[in-house]
Amino acid sequence: MTTLTLSKALNEGLRKALEDNPKVIIMGEDVGKLGGVFRVTDGLQKDFGEDRVIDTPLAESGIVGTAIGLALRGYRPVCEIQFDGFVFPAFDQIVSQLAKLRLRSLGHITMPVVIRIPFGGGIGAVEHHSESPEALFAHTGGLRVVACSSPGDAYTMIQQSVRSPDPVIFFEPKRRYWDKAEVDLSAALDEATPLTAARTVAQGTDLTVLAYGPMVRTCVEAAVAAGEEGRSLEVIDLRSLSPLDMDTVLASVRRTGRCVIVHEAAVSGGLGAEIAARITQDCFYHLEAPVLRVGGFSTPYPPSRLEEHFLPDLDRVLDAVDRALAY
Amino acid sequence: MDEATALGLYRTMTRIRKFEQRAYDLFLQNLVKGTTHLGAGQEAIAAGVAAAMREDDYTFVTYRGHNHLIARGTSLTAMMAELLGRENGLMRGKGGSMHLLDVSKGVLGSYAIIGAQLVIANGTAWSSQYRGSGQVTVCFFGDGATNIGAFHEALNLAAVWSLPVVFVCENNRYMEYTAIESVTAVKNPAVDRAPAYGLPASLVDGNDVEAVLASATEAVERARAGGGPSVLEYLTYRHGGHSRADPGKYRPDDEVAEWLRRDPIPAYRRVLVSRGVAEAVLDEIEAQAKAAVDEATQAAKDGPEPDLELAFADVWSDGGWTWRN
Repeated sequence: MTTLTLSKALNEGLRKALEDNPKVIIMGEDVGKLGGVFRVTDGLQKDFGEDRVIDTPLAESGIVGTAIGLALRGYRPVCEIQFDGFVFPAFDQIVSQLAKLRLRSLGHITMPVVIRIPFGGGIGAVEHHSESPEALFAHTGGLRVVACSSPGDAYTMIQQSVRSPDPVIFFEPKRRYWDKAEVDLSAALDEATPLTAARTVAQGTDLTVLAYGPMVRTCVEAAVAAGEEGRSLEVIDLRSLSPLDMDTVLASVRRTGRCVIVHEAAVSGGLGAEIAARITQDCFYHLEAPVLRVGGFSTPYPPSRLEEHFLPDLDRVLDAVDRALAY
Repeated sequence: MDEATALGLYRTMTRIRKFEQRAYDLFLQNLVKGTTHLGAGQEAIAAGVAAAMREDDYTFVTYRGHNHLIARGTSLTAMMAELLGRENGLMRGKGGSMHLLDVSKGVLGSYAIIGAQLVIANGTAWSSQYRGSGQVTVCFFGDGATNIGAFHEALNLAAVWSLPVVFVCENNRYMEYTAIESVTAVKNPAVDRAPAYGLPASLVDGNDVEAVLASATEAVERARAGGGPSVLEYLTYRHGGHSRADPGKYRPDDEVAEWLRRDPIPAYRRVLVSRGVAEAVLDEIEAQAKAAVDEATQAAKDGPEPDLELAFADVWSDGGWTWRN
């Protein structure tokens, strides 16, 4: 086991992917010489060459478009979008081409493209640099959408995403890039939790908390705080946002009867709405309380002095837990 | 030019014209589902550029792409059935007129989002450069695409990476229903921009099939030899409207009449006859094209309609989509 930051774990995962398959190519803004603004690709160009770790112009449509063309000829490009808000110039290529080419070509064409997006706030970086656009992608058929929350998952999930024959939108919790944990760099990928599976990160009996990305740590801390007050929370890291691992979610909610969903993205039209609808539909008679959601405001991302109000924290999660348990 | 090549160009143009005329008729009979954007009038570009390409080269086209698939040798039956949305279509009826794609012929897609294919074409060009395969990517687009960001991103990237790609603008003077000159800062939308990216560019009569072939050969061979990307702009005119049954009334009558006089197919026929090709030989080519289109039409009409299951196939590689319910 090795102690790694989440950023370094991604770096090691990408290194492994580059070593394992010569068709893997990394491209993006400042990913080569600089090694990426969050150092996720640090040292990779030096070791794998300028042909496989490519510094591009500031042209997201061009980056993703080129990646689609490479995938058309059997390559497996990994594109870095520097910040969440920068993905929108490429949104057209992702939604109109990347997501649809497999279907449009009757499966003659596969699109093994990974789009890495650092997402979420908490680093005082205001709009375009703090957003959570995952629902827009999860709403689009043909894309797979995942979010890692820990160094261990970052290491395996990025490799699984590169191996996926389908396009994967890979969300990285940017304020957790510097979180550290033990990572087993020698673990066999085939034995890792599947990319499409959720994981229970804290077991409990009174209420199920669903989270992903940066909110997983917040919710685990909330479970510890609730435990001190005698309340037993189960925390599930969803990991895959499309498809959703509803089997794991439903099994938990059937046991606890209560559920709170937490994400940084705005509550209105967010993934929490989709999940709440499915829980209500599929285990209505097990519910002791309405499914509650905790998330960002339905506003553009606020200025940095106000972002702590926008982002769900321990108090807001615990407040929702109290309300759900009061029913 | 040798006679076999010349007759090949005439054959390709004729097949396209007959196909497009039939597609229009079938649309008016409500047999073509979805929409169509026909390329009648622009055949010389498809025929000339395709004749300059190697069999394993790549082609990217727009929603006005029938011409290019026919020129690359895609089955007329598969195309016609696709237009009619039948199971025996090129994409089993899934793509329709706007999304024809034939991997076996190197046609890696028809792109109906303006400019999308220019950046994608860079990716396949990048792959042939990386593999040293000598393949060239030819990317067609309309005059309207020159005003969208992807055009400029693509030219810059291609120049920076010195990619084996040829960008081919089919300038038919109208972006949908609006004259291109009324919304564009330069006179020639593609070639006037190319120098900004350090790219060689040629402005060529797109209704002169031999001029098209000569200019395309130069550009394709330059790319193949490692000389990098270039831009070709062909001046042409579509005989019909933008799409469906558009009568194209926004175009002045005298302009339409002038371009109909410059129809590339009769023009080339006159050239061939003046060189001594027998009228009967050309008549036979036309008869063969008509017979091929007749056969394709019948096979398309006879094709079964797809089942609903088709809508759920090939969303993801594992066959999944049902998780959504």
